[in-house]
Amino acid sequence: MQPAFSVIFLTTLAGAAQGLFLALYGTEISGLGALPAPDSQHFISTASLVALVLTGLGLLASFFHLGHPERAWRTATMWRTSWLSREVIALPVFMLGLFLYGAAHWFGLGNTKLIGAVTVVLCLALFVAMAMVYASVRFLQEWASPLTLVNYLLLGCASGLTLATLLAAGMGMWALVTPYAVAAAVLTLLAWVTRTASLVRNARLKPKSTLQSAIGIKHPRIVQKAQGFMGGSFNTREFFHGRSAQLLRSVKWAFLLLVFPLPLLSLAIGVNMASTSLLVLAFVLQYLGLLAERWFFFAQANHPQNLYYQTIS
Amino acid sequence: MTQLALVIDLNVCVGCHACVTSCKQWNTSGTAGALVDLNPYAADPNGTFFNRVQTFEVGEYPNTQTVHFPKSCLHCEDPPCVPVCPTGASYKRAEDGIVLVDYDKCIGCKYCSWSCPYGAREFDEERKVMTKCTLCVDRVTDTKLPEPERKPACVLACPANARLFGDVHDPESVVSKAIAERGGYQLMPEWGTRPANHYLPRRKTEIRIHPEDLERVDNPLKLDGKHPDLAGRGAGREDFAT
Repeated sequence: MQPAFSVIFLTTLAGAAQGLFLALYGTEISGLGALPAPDSQHFISTASLVALVLTGLGLLASFFHLGHPERAWRTATMWRTSWLSREVIALPVFMLGLFLYGAAHWFGLGNTKLIGAVTVVLCLALFVAMAMVYASVRFLQEWASPLTLVNYLLLGCASGLTLATLLAAGMGMWALVTPYAVAAAVLTLLAWVTRTASLVRNARLKPKSTLQSAIGIKHPRIVQKAQGFMGGSFNTREFFHGRSAQLLRSVKWAFLLLVFPLPLLSLAIGVNMASTSLLVLAFVLQYLGLLAERWFFFAQANHPQNLYYQTIS
Repeated sequence: MTQLALVIDLNVCVGCHACVTSCKQWNTSGTAGALVDLNPYAADPNGTFFNRVQTFEVGEYPNTQTVHFPKSCLHCEDPPCVPVCPTGASYKRAEDGIVLVDYDKCIGCKYCSWSCPYGAREFDEERKVMTKCTLCVDRVTDTKLPEPERKPACVLACPANARLFGDVHDPESVVSKAIAERGGYQLMPEWGTRPANHYLPRRKTEIRIHPEDLERVDNPLKLDGKHPDLAGRGAGREDFAT
């Protein structure tokens, strides 16, 4: 598939925001850090605002994917059958929950645990909807796996916790930095395992469709001699990444380094040296890595329609 | 229930692209607006077509067959592109089973195209909506046209009559009979999309010669049994002279 940057930004930004929110709510219900009320109020509301801004940026990016953004409201209508529609509903509803959660903390309105619990449900629903948009496309066998959902969840939580670590350090909440960093490290390690599992799975995939089933002729040797046109078309633009196998391999190794070991190293040193700039580095590396990871996620998916577009003439 | 569809005879398709050009002509001048071509006369031209003819070579030289393979939307009976549409712009007509896009509802998210294993949908970069073969719904339902012309443009254009059009749910229709008698098949059956369009496979061309073709059984010269066969000549050879 041709990687779509609008969607890459949407999924990575929203994922980090969701992870960050889950970290904040976890902090609140576990009483982690035993912060005095004004401090925790200030921290949670500010961090909620960061999560809200990130989700908003993701939402903004997603509009660039649409040919007719002014008709986007229509996407809320087919939630009974379409995961994309469910995602489109879940995203603003989660943002509303996030806003209420942050506002309740900022203004000291109370009921934050209840609002937070509802928002957690919305947050998980968004994770599921966002991942199922991809995992439910059964023709893209690289995506059609529960691992897609697991990876979206774990990578979102990992990057969100790395961001939480950075925010806690940036706002001087050092009591929170170590537990956040440990959680970020655990989630990053878990995501490392599951993302590698999906790479291994995808490397062993056997395409369901063949040239034989595509044109319905049962002969072991079929070669396309002409695809029917010399120029390009939507079919040749949308479903091919148009890059070399070598670039794909480089991106894979780049994200395997940027998402997992390098941020872990940065986190460990940053926490030990109490260095906020190293924590910034950890998040930036991981986020850039996630952009590469999502790019690779798209590029690796091989659509069966490509069987029909092998040879120009 | 009616399910309109095309049945494409790979045995007679000669790959002339008449269906491609007539499809483009009809649909680009239709009420829905032109099918956009990007840079049509410049480097890297890009075009929107609802129908393509592709060419495949089957087998190894010298035992090869060149198969011309027209491909358009198959109007699946269980179309995977329809339920994924977030706006309901992509739909399957209940009355005749044609899969269509409502261009006024489409937001151009391209998600339906990801859910079509056949690559039948093409995004229109100028109108910013997804487009696809309409089975010439504006022709086949137009009662102002004379009855024989209420067929898709590609069917009318085919000089080899390789494209049949009709209701595949009606066992008495031309298309249903062609499918039943000639082993019509669907593309990529492994996905369970149940395409309505079918393809008729290649046939072996055989010449049958009956003895009656070579020798007249009622040759009047032989009625009394007195007319001798010439020596060294097989029976009936002289018949051609008479």
